[in-house]
Parts: sequence; C-alpha cells; structure tokens
Amino acid sequence: MFQVKRSAPVHDVVVIGSGAGGGTVVQVLTALGVKVTLLEAGPMLNPAKDFKEHVWPHQVPHRGAGADAEQYFGRKNWGYWSAPNCAWDIEGEPYTVAPGSQFQWHRSRILGGRTNHYGRISLRFSDYDFAPYSFDGLGTDWPVRYDEVAPYYDKAERFIGICGTKEGIRSAPDGQFLPAPAPRVHEVLMQKSAAKLGIRVIPSRMAILTKPVNGRPACHYCGQCGRGCITASNYSSSQVQILPALKSGKLNIIANAMVRELLTDATGKVTGVSYIDTRTRQETQIRARIVVVAASACESARLLLNSKSSRHPNGLSNSSGVVGRYLTDTVGYGLSGYIPYLEGMPKYNSDGYSGGHLYIPWWELDKKNKEFPRGYHVELGGGYGMPLLGSHAGVARRVEGYGASLKETILKEYGCVVGLSGRGEMIPNEHSYCEIDPNVTDRFGIPVLRFHFRWSEHEIKQAKHMHRTFVDIIEGMGGRVLGLRNPEREDGGISMGGSIIHELGTVRMGNDARSSALNAFMQSHEVKNLFVADAAPFVSNPDKNPTLTICAMAWRTSDYIAEEMRKGNV
Amino acid sequence: MSRRTRRTMLREAAAAALLGPLAAEAAQHVHDTAAASAKTTGGVYKPKALTAHEFETLQVLSEIIMPGARKAGCAEFVDVLSTGSKQMLAIFTAGIAWLDAEMRRRYEADFLAAKADQRVQLLDLIAYRKNASAERNPGIAFFDWARRMAVDAYFTSKEGIAELGFKGNSSMSEFQVPLESLQYAVKRSPFA
Repeated sequence: MFQVKRSAPVHDVVVIGSGAGGGTVVQVLTALGVKVTLLEAGPMLNPAKDFKEHVWPHQVPHRGAGADAEQYFGRKNWGYWSAPNCAWDIEGEPYTVAPGSQFQWHRSRILGGRTNHYGRISLRFSDYDFAPYSFDGLGTDWPVRYDEVAPYYDKAERFIGICGTKEGIRSAPDGQFLPAPAPRVHEVLMQKSAAKLGIRVIPSRMAILTKPVNGRPACHYCGQCGRGCITASNYSSSQVQILPALKSGKLNIIANAMVRELLTDATGKVTGVSYIDTRTRQETQIRARIVVVAASACESARLLLNSKSSRHPNGLSNSSGVVGRYLTDTVGYGLSGYIPYLEGMPKYNSDGYSGGHLYIPWWELDKKNKEFPRGYHVELGGGYGMPLLGSHAGVARRVEGYGASLKETILKEYGCVVGLSGRGEMIPNEHSYCEIDPNVTDRFGIPVLRFHFRWSEHEIKQAKHMHRTFVDIIEGMGGRVLGLRNPEREDGGISMGGSIIHELGTVRMGNDARSSALNAFMQSHEVKNLFVADAAPFVSNPDKNPTLTICAMAWRTSDYIAEEMRKGNV
Repeated sequence: MSRRTRRTMLREAAAAALLGPLAAEAAQHVHDTAAASAKTTGGVYKPKALTAHEFETLQVLSEIIMPGARKAGCAEFVDVLSTGSKQMLAIFTAGIAWLDAEMRRRYEADFLAAKADQRVQLLDLIAYRKNASAERNPGIAFFDWARRMAVDAYFTSKEGIAELGFKGNSSMSEFQVPLESLQYAVKRSPFA
C-alpha cells in the first residue's frame, strides 16, 4: 500500500488536460506571466520520435496493420499511422454503456490529446448558434453571444493560423484567414454538381499554415496531417502552444498524471488535486490556488462527479444536477460514389493537406418549412490517396475473382471514388447523458462513466436529408452511388453516438445556477476558483467542429482568470 | 539506417523546418532517406508462424491471385501478422489445410503438387460468392482472406504503388493541380 504524497507549495493555476482547451489556457496564461502546472494523463510527446509522417507501409513489417493485425480484426487504436495515443479502447480504463444505448468514447492519453491527430477543421459558430432557443425554440441559449466571442476567434485564428476565404455566409462566419490552396479535380467536379442544385461549395477553413506563422513553416502538402506534423505546420496544442510555452519558464508539466479527484475545504473552495502516477501508481496531492479542468467533455464531467464531499454530495459544482447531462455528438452520415470518367485521367499528386480543400456550409438556413431543425455541413473526399492496407478492399470484394483481370480493375478504378460526409447538429435530449457507473472502476480504482445515448427524430431526418443530397451530387456529376443505400436500413445509416468524436455539453454553462454548472466565463457558480475550459461547458453542438471554439472560449476564460487573479478575486 | 539515425534526422528536419524556407527540402530529405532505408535486405525469409509447406503454398497462391504478390512479400506479410495474431494464423492454417484436402480429394495431389489447370479449376469455384454451398463455403471464406491479403500486400509494396501511379508522399512548396488532369475530367463530365 502506497502512502499518499502531499507537497506543500501552492501552485497558482493547475490545468488538467492538455488538448485544445488546456493547451490554450497554458499558452495564454504563461504569456501573461502566470505560473501554470499542467497535468496530463498520458506521456510527453516527442514529435520527431512519435510521428510517422512520410513513412510508407512497406517500411514496416506489418505494413500498418499493427503487430497483432488489429487493422483486420477490429481496431482498438485510431490506426497505426495516426499520431499517438488515441484509442477506442484503453486497457484498464473501461467505460460502460447502458442497455438500449450505443455509444463509443474515443480518448487520448498523451501531451496534446486529440489535437495531435484531429481533422484540423476550424469553423466559427454562427450568431444563431449561440442563441439556439431564440432561433427556433429548441435547446437553450448560451450565456454569451457571438459578438463577445468574435474577438477571441480573431486571436485564436491569428495565433493558430487558419486558411480559408471570406465568403459572407451567415452559416459560415468569416475569420482571419491565410490563403486557401487550389481545389483538386474531384472537388471542382463536386462543386459544379452542387452548384446545379443551388448549393454553394467554398474553400475549407483549416488549422493548416499556407504561409509561415510565428516561426512555423508553411504546409508541404503531404496529406498526412493525422499522422502528426513534424514541421508543426498544422495546429496541435502540444506543438503550437504547450512545448513553446516551456520556454517562458512559467510552465511545469506533470505527465502520466491521472487525476482521481479535486480536493475542497470547508468553505467549498478547491484546494488541490489528487492524481495517480500511471507508471508507479503512486498517488500525489498538490495544492492549487485555481484549478482549470480541460480533460475533454466527458472526462471533465467524470472528474467533477467523482469529486464528492459532504459539502458537495452530488459531485463538485453539481448542485443543479446538470453535470453529465446534455451529452451530444455530431450527426454523421457518409456516402461514396464512383465517377467512371475519371478513369484514365493523367495522375497527379493530389495529397494536398489532409481533408477536403473545399466544403459545403449549411445552405438551407433561410428555407421555410424545414424537415428538421438546424443544419449540417458537408466534407468532400477523393483523389489518389496513398495506397494503404484496405485501400482496394471494396473493389476486390465487389469484382471478386483473381489474377490479371482483378489487377486491371483495381488499377483502372484507383482514384475514381469520391466521398461526402455530412456533419450536423444534434439537439440535446434528456435520454443522452453520462453518469458514474456504481459497479465499475478503472485500474486506478476511479469509478468510470456509464453512457446513455439516443438520437431523436430530428437527427434521423437530418441523416436522410444528407443521403438524398449526396445521391443528387454524385449522380449529378455523372457518378454512381457505391455501397448500401443506408437509409433503407432501420437506423437510417446515422453514425453511432460518440463516433464522430465531438462529444460535448456535459458541464454546461448558463446564467442561472439552478440550471447550469458554470457561468458565462466557464467559472463554477459554486466554486469560484474552479473553471472548465474544454467543450463540456458548450450549451449546444452546432454543425461546426468544436475545436476552434474550444480555443476561443478557453482564451476568453484565460483572460478572465488572469484579470480575476490580478484583482485578488480568486 | 538505424531507427536512431532516422530519429535524429527527423529532429534535424523539424529544427531546420522552423527556419522556414528549408521546410520543403528538409521534409523531402527525410522522405528520401526513409525510403532508402527500407530497401529489403537480401537473404531468404524463414517463416516464423507458418510451416514451410504452408508458406510455400501461400507464395504460389498469392501470385496466382495477384501477379507480383509473391515478390511483394505477401507470404512474409501474412507470416509476420500470424506471429502476433492467432486469429490470422488460424485463418491461413485452416484455409491451406482445406485447400490441400480438397485438391487431394479431387486430383490426388495437394495444391503445390497439382497441375496448373487443376489449381485453376478449384480456384474458379471458390473465388466467387455465387458458388456458395455447404462444402465449398470454408474455401470461399478462405479465398476472400487470401485475396484481401494478396491485394493489400501487393498494392502496399513499392512495385504495386508504382504500378498504381501514386505520385504523392512528397513535399510541394505550393499545391497545384495540373491543367491537363482538370481538363481531361471536365471534358468528359456533364459540365463540359
């Protein structure tokens, strides 16, 4: 039995979690001269060693399948090529899903968290996204408005570096953009097809440098952002915010630190953090003046729920009972198509940056009598991807046979497939939430989360709308739809909850302490020296990927924390 | 090149990249050197999970399924995965045993010993799902796996990637699409 170590010094600000939220808090506070101690449950990141950028599959004996061939038998990890350590299953750290629900929880355990591998899509929320209830009577308004967040979008975009173009579209607010790269051939064709349907296709907004920014070189267009970028030409909190902040001398990183609970005193304030070294299982308590939780929405909720005391019997900052509630993920639906006239096209290097160079912002905002509330955006795929395991599995299974004719078909069809992925808004509902499972703990003895999740009719109808749109675009460009027509299936082909990895909303902010856990600065209503700075405070989950808004909101909160410290209020 | 050397290079490239204009060169350098390091060493591969007979059967079978797969190391690839995955090993040991037994039943010779046209007769049956029947299904399921692995092994090899005409995994200072490709597609599209 280990003894719990206690250390005497009081840390000014302890940040728990090193993703987009934690990374931004570290960056902003250390730049303002505040001392920060960062706790990360995973190890440190060494990009030069850990990233597999530019490696070919034949340079690895298992060619990317993983030593235990997991590529072929169900993935536990995010894939061999991905920046580490992202996983669908972490050994010794389970979660449970209630009967009748389906939910997947993607977690990361490394400095930088999921920003090391994410899609780099960087979309501002729109004015109406901050006031969804006022907009259409569903959900709840945020305690902040677009105009209050916009200056922080500006700051985050200038610091991170976002490419894109100004378009003047309400559902896709313009930002501070670097130039956008040229579209690929299949994207031009999809743009033309969509135009015939009255749908506007515009350059994507991505956290990828097309010009050098703050000493980081521009993208070299290898299309491998998800593997982690050795030149830091895309955004990751690890490379862009945290590792550079070490130079300030204000940052202390404690890696491999799994936080068990937040400690409080008789007045109800947070006094410190108790964490476990994941390698030695030694538990340590550190004292803190201010704690910022940014462990990812569900981990942050779990930590608050597990931080029970006589003064906080429902968990910390949870008198309202909302912690864990209002869990949402993005609605996902995808369809691919075969474009026969791309056969024989002179091949070119279509890598570009990873992800579509063009995308479709929501185009039916002003339509009357909509079939479903809110909207979705569409991401475009295609081109001559690097041949990887499984790249031709669909063709091989469809044409069957073997020998020269199979090879000929694969060669002919290479690069002729396009894909459309819809990413839409889920309205929070009472059936979707996470709570502490009373029967299960992880390998550190920390109680785990149990998920409840249900799509409503709104989301199912939205996925059907996506399907019809995608069929129209594919057929309108002279292509044929591939694979199953998903809406014919019972679930409408909608993604499994959690699988788009935009889970948020579980520690919601609001003006009323009876119906929210945090105020408009993501500060706990009840515990003034406690803040949450990931996507847990978000009141809604618009059809815009959350990372950029996590950065903007965390920046705003960091400014507030620094100001409150200066005033002596916390 | 040792892993450590590559690591050092990547670090240098990253450092160089921070200087700005060197980024593209540095990345290309890393890429070239990594590629050079991957050249397979000479010598004969000794299977670690499959028996010599299974390995040789797989070499012959994979070459029939996807011309070039033998040289591209399909059997080696399956053997490597089978050392770490009992599931993969079982698929191939059971599948090859089924193939040999079925060949012997039909032609009194196992797959390797049989004549080329005898092999083709059986493969033509198990290469298509439409031929499903109680006695053939294990063979059809196995062939699906063998095809999957032969296709994957070949098209992730240097030769297969070259034959596909993949031009990426390099570095560009500016992303450009050749007009020739764009015109080829648009001319044949409904938007001509």
